[in-house]
Amino acid sequence: MLEFLAAHTALQALIKLTLLVLAFVMPLASLSTWAERRQSAMMQDRLGPNRANIGPIKLWGILHFVADAIKMMFKEDVVPAKVDRFLFALAPVMAIAPVLITFAIIPFGSDLCVGHATEVLKDPSICSAIIPMQVARMDMGLLFYFALASLAVYGTTLAGWASYNKWSLLGGLRASSQMMSYEVTMGLSLMGAFIIYGSLEPQAIVLAQGNNVWNWGLFTQPLGFVIFMTAAIAETKRAPFDLPEGEPELIGYFVEYSGMRFGIFFLAEFIETIFLSAVVTTVFLGGWQVPGLSAEGFSFLPLPHVAVVLIQIVIWTFKILALCWFQLLIRWTLPRFRPDQLMRLGWKQLLPLSLLNIVLTAALSLWRLGGK
Amino acid sequence: MGSTSGHGHGGHDAHGAATASHADSAGGPRKGKVGVRIVGRPDSLEQRLYLPEVLKGLGSTAKHFFANLFARKYTVTVEYPEETVKYPERNRGLHRLMHRETGEVRCVACMLCPTICPAHCITIVAEETGNQNEKRPKIFEIDELRCVVCGLCVEACPCDAIRMDTGVHAPAVDFRGDSILGKIDLLKRGTLSKATQGGVGSDWRDRQPTMKQYDPEPK
Repeated sequence: MLEFLAAHTALQALIKLTLLVLAFVMPLASLSTWAERRQSAMMQDRLGPNRANIGPIKLWGILHFVADAIKMMFKEDVVPAKVDRFLFALAPVMAIAPVLITFAIIPFGSDLCVGHATEVLKDPSICSAIIPMQVARMDMGLLFYFALASLAVYGTTLAGWASYNKWSLLGGLRASSQMMSYEVTMGLSLMGAFIIYGSLEPQAIVLAQGNNVWNWGLFTQPLGFVIFMTAAIAETKRAPFDLPEGEPELIGYFVEYSGMRFGIFFLAEFIETIFLSAVVTTVFLGGWQVPGLSAEGFSFLPLPHVAVVLIQIVIWTFKILALCWFQLLIRWTLPRFRPDQLMRLGWKQLLPLSLLNIVLTAALSLWRLGGK
Repeated sequence: MGSTSGHGHGGHDAHGAATASHADSAGGPRKGKVGVRIVGRPDSLEQRLYLPEVLKGLGSTAKHFFANLFARKYTVTVEYPEETVKYPERNRGLHRLMHRETGEVRCVACMLCPTICPAHCITIVAEETGNQNEKRPKIFEIDELRCVVCGLCVEACPCDAIRMDTGVHAPAVDFRGDSILGKIDLLKRGTLSKATQGGVGSDWRDRQPTMKQYDPEPK
């Protein structure tokens, strides 16, 4: 079975993509809609949605996300009279497709060594065939993410323009200016990590970080971490950078959308936060690496290969969940920036800082190399 | 956060002077000064760096989050259908009509309550009882949709016949007519009242014990 999969890479990729997107990302994104309301409530000394239930099954109100989905599906899909119908329909797809595709580059476990899954793997070179725990392993790696992230701008801008509504147009324009400004910083802030780990490819970055916590990006690139986190939160268009939405004055670029089309924008936003968590995990938190866990298991407890991979996947999931929680914490704590403050922060503070980070990292790396 | 100090910016002094002169011209000399707290720009290095303040804020919300998650430390929510707050003793709920010892309605159809009712929600039609001194209500209806729950009917009643102390909310109804409560409905909630029917007589004041009787040492 595993050998067959290892031989047929296309089928393998399809299964991994299906599992990753349909069994992890989409449920987590829908759950975030509930988690956001519940967590914000807890932070504000309220209880939040805790009542949705199927008979006696209540589960702290988790089922609210099912209720929300059903509601979205059955709501009337209103299309205003003067909208550009083609672009109006295209915009939600343009918003959600890039963020879903980019999950292909995220590694969620070390390579599964086919044929030796139940043994303690002493020597990785005995593997004849591997199943990588990553959908697509491309040398361009994170550049692919930057490319697709810029495509996501079209979704919001098109939505704003096609809606034939001044407020949504303003929202769309704000979104495009904001996302373009912060993309620059986002890309540059990761350069330091690329210099240190010597690769753009996520799996290689994770492998280079190793299972020693002090070698993870959070400690080797603290400045890069803060800058990337800030810029990437701005890229997800959520508070404190939710100017495109701007509830009090604009409602947002999706003001004319209703039903599931609105739901897709909403979901895309949450998927973006999950993806941001995934990237931060990969580059700054050691990806699927578990402190002290090598391919043979822990130093005090040798584990079969498949158990090692499973532990890595579980820990990877926990890292993602923790970062999602952290982003919700930020979203419900900080007040929104003004547009001019946003631009000043992006261009005059974060961009020079990220350049400084590159120079510092390069100088330090050169110094360390020269010392050897 | 918010612990800012007012530094001596030029503009602040001028502003303070303008406020003082305005106060003088408006109301003459005042006893208490109007306190003006000048809040300066957040210009300490820590605040300008923004990040330490962000972390402080995140710490504060995270503290609340975990305290509420594990112990519901700060939440004050009453989860209504399952738990209710205890109403104060004088809470005004649905009306009820009180009984005499015989189980008859205490109401004598004096029309004081429909007269005082600002919402005109009480309808009384009186009938003979055979007793020369009293009438009784043939129809006694309260439209709970019109009722504004002011409690004036209870104040007006000389017979302790109508009360609003049930602690019950007006029920949700499918038809407006269902919210009109008749004499039977109102009597069902009622209980025996021990007040003297018809009052204790106009000379009750004379029958009260005088202060002298209670005086321990009369002088």
